[in-house]
Amino acid sequence: MTPSTLSEPQRHLEAQIRWQPVELAFWLATLLPFVFAPNYLVLASQIAITALFALSLDLILGYAGIVSLGHAAYFGFGSYTAGLIAKWGWGEPLTGLAAAAVAAGVLGYATSFIIARFRHLALIMITLGLGLLLAEAANSAGWLTGGADGLQGVRMWKLFGAFQFDLYGTTAYTYSLTILFLAFLLARRLINSPFGLALRGIRENAVRMPAIGAPSPAHIRKIYTIAAVMAGVAGGLLAQTTETVSLETLGFARSADVLVILILGGAGRLYGGLVGAIIYMVARDQFSGINPQYWYFWIGTLLIAVVLFLPNGVLGGLTRLMRLVRSAA
Amino acid sequence: MNALALATRGLDKSFGSLVVARDIELKLPQGERYALIGPNGAGKTTLINLMTGMLKPDGGHIFLGEKDITALKPEERVKCGLVRTFQINTLFPHLSALEAVTLTVCERRGYARSWWRKLPAYGDAVEEAHAILVSLRLAASCYRPTRELAYGQQRLLEIALALATKPKVLLLDEPAAGVPQGESAELFSVISDLSRDIAVLFIEHDMNVVFRFAHRIIVMVGGRILVEGTPREIAADVRVRDVYLGGTRHG
Repeated sequence: MTPSTLSEPQRHLEAQIRWQPVELAFWLATLLPFVFAPNYLVLASQIAITALFALSLDLILGYAGIVSLGHAAYFGFGSYTAGLIAKWGWGEPLTGLAAAAVAAGVLGYATSFIIARFRHLALIMITLGLGLLLAEAANSAGWLTGGADGLQGVRMWKLFGAFQFDLYGTTAYTYSLTILFLAFLLARRLINSPFGLALRGIRENAVRMPAIGAPSPAHIRKIYTIAAVMAGVAGGLLAQTTETVSLETLGFARSADVLVILILGGAGRLYGGLVGAIIYMVARDQFSGINPQYWYFWIGTLLIAVVLFLPNGVLGGLTRLMRLVRSAA
Repeated sequence: MNALALATRGLDKSFGSLVVARDIELKLPQGERYALIGPNGAGKTTLINLMTGMLKPDGGHIFLGEKDITALKPEERVKCGLVRTFQINTLFPHLSALEAVTLTVCERRGYARSWWRKLPAYGDAVEEAHAILVSLRLAASCYRPTRELAYGQQRLLEIALALATKPKVLLLDEPAAGVPQGESAELFSVISDLSRDIAVLFIEHDMNVVFRFAHRIIVMVGGRILVEGTPREIAADVRVRDVYLGGTRHG
């Protein structure tokens, strides 16, 4: 459909979701590490994976208002799925990743029936409980998962039969970044669709939704499953690019970290998780270089500062700044 | 009398020892405008909550047309055509008025499940939503976030959301609550201009408005229907006067 055939209200809605120059700049900037920081591509790959994980949390927390303290369950489940398949002799990356997506999706769909029935504090406790359950299950199933030693013997084949996962992380970052970008395109389309609008409706007023005929529980089950798939893909990427899986992928700390990352960056903004992941991972890398034991001290300080001074995260602060500049000009 | 659009049979509800609805027999014919009045705490909003499924009755049945809807979920009742508004604005603060009404239209048309096409592509839904906003004189501010709208405009948006569901029966819980008296008549003229295909039951405290816009009036006291009649009958009813002017028994 060309813009000229759109009515005025349609054009207005279209303008809200149009690609902005700053978005293109952001994605071009993600290519910079290849040129300027070739020694940091392993870190860059981890950042892309964390960003994908944070993006998946943004879909449920930022858009549908579902608070989760157990999102690592799906990340870890995807991670172990991808890791185990490779360990058992099928090291092809893309099919392994698809398997991680399916496994996490099935788990997400199964748990979504509980999730859709609760809100607020009860939801936090339930997601926390589910996360702990799965982490403990993985811990006790040492014969399968390797327990506290982690999953050893994951060997990946070449990507497309041509690109080896090397020590420098060139393939890893290219692979992670591509998957992140594809997932981002999907997420962007999703939140700009009628379904995305319904999710924002749930976040804005869960009481009104049934009164306008909206089946909120069905919407919640759907987005929760999609978010679980995305988290599983992120976990699968980590397993494949590091060729190991540890219990930490399922741990409470990972669930808490991704929440911090999203709030740091700004929830409900699609780029919040991405920006948050960059800040958090780079800060962790730098601070732990200065003093490995106390880097959480600085992360804590950063988090308090952001919540106090930038209640809508770094991106919210930037948006406000842009508006001030524009109104001053 | 026309065929019934909405009816209840023996509707009961209590919270512990507090009876909020006792044997409610309500009959709302198609296309009529009924007012539901009564002192504070009479159970008017509770009755709306019961009929729309936001509260579960202890006993009794609710019929929409011929259909028993007692077991349906709130959103399923809306799909059948039974829709309410709220006394306290229950809107989507960060959505624009256009987005909120478009969302409602999308839910009705079954678009809200689809996530592979972007919203502006659903031109028919956007157009319908915009037309509703135009008809309620909200077009000028329909791109602004709901929380930035003037209070009176938010009250209109309450009604716009309800209309976007294409209701057969509309239950308006104090649609003019908090609106200055001069503007409330304007708001009610919008309501009385609604299509005669829609049956309307509204709760209202301003008797001038009630007597001007209602075809019939239902008076509730202490969880029961005290009396039902034309405005003339209600105005002349001794028991109603007793409730409103005597005041000591029912506070």
